[in-house]
Amino acid sequence: MMHPVRTLLAFVLLVLITLPAMATQPDEILADPVLEARARTIGAELRCLVCQNQSIDDSNAPLARDLRLIVRERLVAGDSDEQVLAFVVDRYGDYVLLQPPFKATTLLLWAAPVLALISGALLVTFVLRRRGGDPDAAPALTEAEQRRLDGLLHPAGGKDSGA
Amino acid sequence: MIAEIGHFALALALLVACIQAVVPLYGAWRGDARLMAVGNTSAVALIVLIGVAFGALTWSYAVSDFSVQNVYENSHSLQPMLYKIAGVWGNHEGSLLLWVLILSIFSLAVAVLGNNLPITLKARVLAVQAMIAVGFLAFSLFTSNPFTRLDPAPLDGRNLNPLLQDPGLAFHPPFLYLGYVGFSMAFSFAVAALIEGRIDAAWARWVRPWTLAAWTALTLGIAMGSWWAYYELGWGGWWFWDPVENASFMPWLAGTALLHSAIVTEKRGALKSWSVLLAIIAFSLSLLGTFLVRSGVLTSVHAFATDPERGVFILLLLVVAIGGSLALYAWRAPLLKADGLFAPISREGGLVLNNLLLTVACFTVLTGTLYPLALDVVAGAKVSVGPPYFEMTFVPLMVPLFLALGIGPLMPWKRADIRGVLHRLRFVALITLAVWGLVWWRATDSSPLPAFGIAIAAWIALSVFLEFSVRIGLFRITLGESLRRALHLPRATYGMMGAHLGVAVLVAGVVASSSWRTEVIRAMEPGQSQEIVGYTVRFDGVAPAQGPNYSAERATFTVFRDGRQIAVMQPEKRFYPVSATQTTEAAIRTTLIADLYVVIGDQTAGQDVWAVRMYYNPLVPWIWFGSLMMFGSGLISLSDRRHRIGAPTRARAPSGVSPQPV
Repeated sequence: MMHPVRTLLAFVLLVLITLPAMATQPDEILADPVLEARARTIGAELRCLVCQNQSIDDSNAPLARDLRLIVRERLVAGDSDEQVLAFVVDRYGDYVLLQPPFKATTLLLWAAPVLALISGALLVTFVLRRRGGDPDAAPALTEAEQRRLDGLLHPAGGKDSGA
Repeated sequence: MIAEIGHFALALALLVACIQAVVPLYGAWRGDARLMAVGNTSAVALIVLIGVAFGALTWSYAVSDFSVQNVYENSHSLQPMLYKIAGVWGNHEGSLLLWVLILSIFSLAVAVLGNNLPITLKARVLAVQAMIAVGFLAFSLFTSNPFTRLDPAPLDGRNLNPLLQDPGLAFHPPFLYLGYVGFSMAFSFAVAALIEGRIDAAWARWVRPWTLAAWTALTLGIAMGSWWAYYELGWGGWWFWDPVENASFMPWLAGTALLHSAIVTEKRGALKSWSVLLAIIAFSLSLLGTFLVRSGVLTSVHAFATDPERGVFILLLLVVAIGGSLALYAWRAPLLKADGLFAPISREGGLVLNNLLLTVACFTVLTGTLYPLALDVVAGAKVSVGPPYFEMTFVPLMVPLFLALGIGPLMPWKRADIRGVLHRLRFVALITLAVWGLVWWRATDSSPLPAFGIAIAAWIALSVFLEFSVRIGLFRITLGESLRRALHLPRATYGMMGAHLGVAVLVAGVVASSSWRTEVIRAMEPGQSQEIVGYTVRFDGVAPAQGPNYSAERATFTVFRDGRQIAVMQPEKRFYPVSATQTTEAAIRTTLIADLYVVIGDQTAGQDVWAVRMYYNPLVPWIWFGSLMMFGSGLISLSDRRHRIGAPTRARAPSGVSPQPV
């Protein structure tokens, strides 16, 4: 009896591994190098939906190949890069975009780094300000240290040591 | 029988860990030296028991005992011995065992080397280490037992995942785990210090080398993984911002921050509670990394839900470890008083900036990694967070970090004169700008950004050289005197400069290889040639080949430069019949400045025509040179005597002060 998680993992690995990563095939490449370059840029932005975190450019899954062909078809038909991306998103949803779109559900995702940087910087400024003080001033001695110092400076007789 | 001994030893180890988690802690509270000393003995018992368990599993793998389920699922009799052994940690159950083995090694190090620590601190550290061990041993025994038997025993095993049958990946997990578990030392010291409610220089002096050791191992582990991806996955990529990669990168970022903040804590007595918090964060991210990768939660939330036993245990462990330590921090950290004052423009100020940027970068990676998961759970919506997101958020944080890296080490402690430091750097800045212009002009890119990246690398490297020449007084005193000073610089200083130089080399490699690589994809017949960046590559044909546990199609390419034959390259496609999987083996010829990278693909049915991919990857080897420099610098720094001596004995301090006349 196989473990359910392992069955699933094995399945995922199978999908990943049985398809050596050959990605873009020679017969897909467009004759026009400018169009092909645009196709590659778009391809790197699109997720291979049946793979784990691979772009369609890096994947050898049949679905990725289909998507690569669709991208090239649309480019040859004269679409702009944005139109091609919109065409794919219409059919597969936002999930297909490796760069998440800017919208309500991803607001936090995009805002998080900026907020973290700003609040971190403010916190640092606040703490440094509050601490303040003269860095050259020696830290105050504790009572015990003061006593020891006194003991060294003024040994038993109360006279100055041979300074 | 061997497997049962291992299983029994593991159960005993859990018992010992439970004792070690409680008794020394109680002893420290009551001030009972005998109870505290229990930790020393139990640490030895723990490593012996876990060592026996690990040895038993390794033995089962070495002799291919397929009656053990774990061996059956991850090994095969025809596998080379190296991969039989690597199979021990190439799976969930075995890797947990390796994890606790490394943990017990670190605990032993505290028990044996920690005699110069305050006795209560040592006892508490050992207890916290044991608490971590209890969690992992229980998880292993109750949900992931590696010693489960099969009856009847199968005739042969199911093979280790062929992608993992590779020297680069065989040693990748142990180094990664050395790093992950290494941060447990900083964590245990942090928690122990919170319980004590006190931190002094001795604390930081202990935490620093252990953090450095963990960081060094983790650096090598990550570099190995990325190198493996580069040559094994077959399209020349080396970093994909994959959740699994991010899982190891986050503790690295937090650990790097801790490495720098601990310096301030040791040398200046400042940033105490921040260092403690970073230690907790670094280890928490290590725990998260271990479980994210192993639980399958990243593949799909539903994979997690289908195995509630493990899932709940993992959640519980994370909540107790991370939540517990953070709660303790919130309660006790106010007791940790900082005493080292410093002006914002100072070495300390520079290190604070370093920490701010590294922490925010780490937080960004965490957000990007977990966001899809969180959104799925909360809103049921699916979103992909891929490389473009990380490049847009992470890279802009690295630019100020690297600029500050050039300035920070030149600033003195406490208070710096920023005008003077910038004045020193004027030539470095000029050369950097010249590099930027020159590279932009030569590379004929439309965008100035790749050239800017190279300029940043030059800035770091040049400022390291400037720092070195300042330290040895180059050209200000006689050359002989400079040389004498160079010989007497502490190793830790060389370690720091070497690691920073490694960053420069790494940055150059990353920028060049991702901006200027050349790619050719075409169908080829034997006899045809292809030009790529000055090389002529002739395809000679494909022949079958046989490996120990795979069959392969091996292509032969002859490489010419200026009409002269310079190399023969043989990429392969391998087929592993046992697991019915295929892998690609790229052929790589490196000049140390650039790689020529050739992969063979599918055959056109019925014809002797093959899909071929070729890459010219400039400076890509520098990515691993840079990482190796960081690794080597970590080792050099660790060998510094000042690190090895550790903390001076507390009890001796008063009598050590001789009453000299003032």
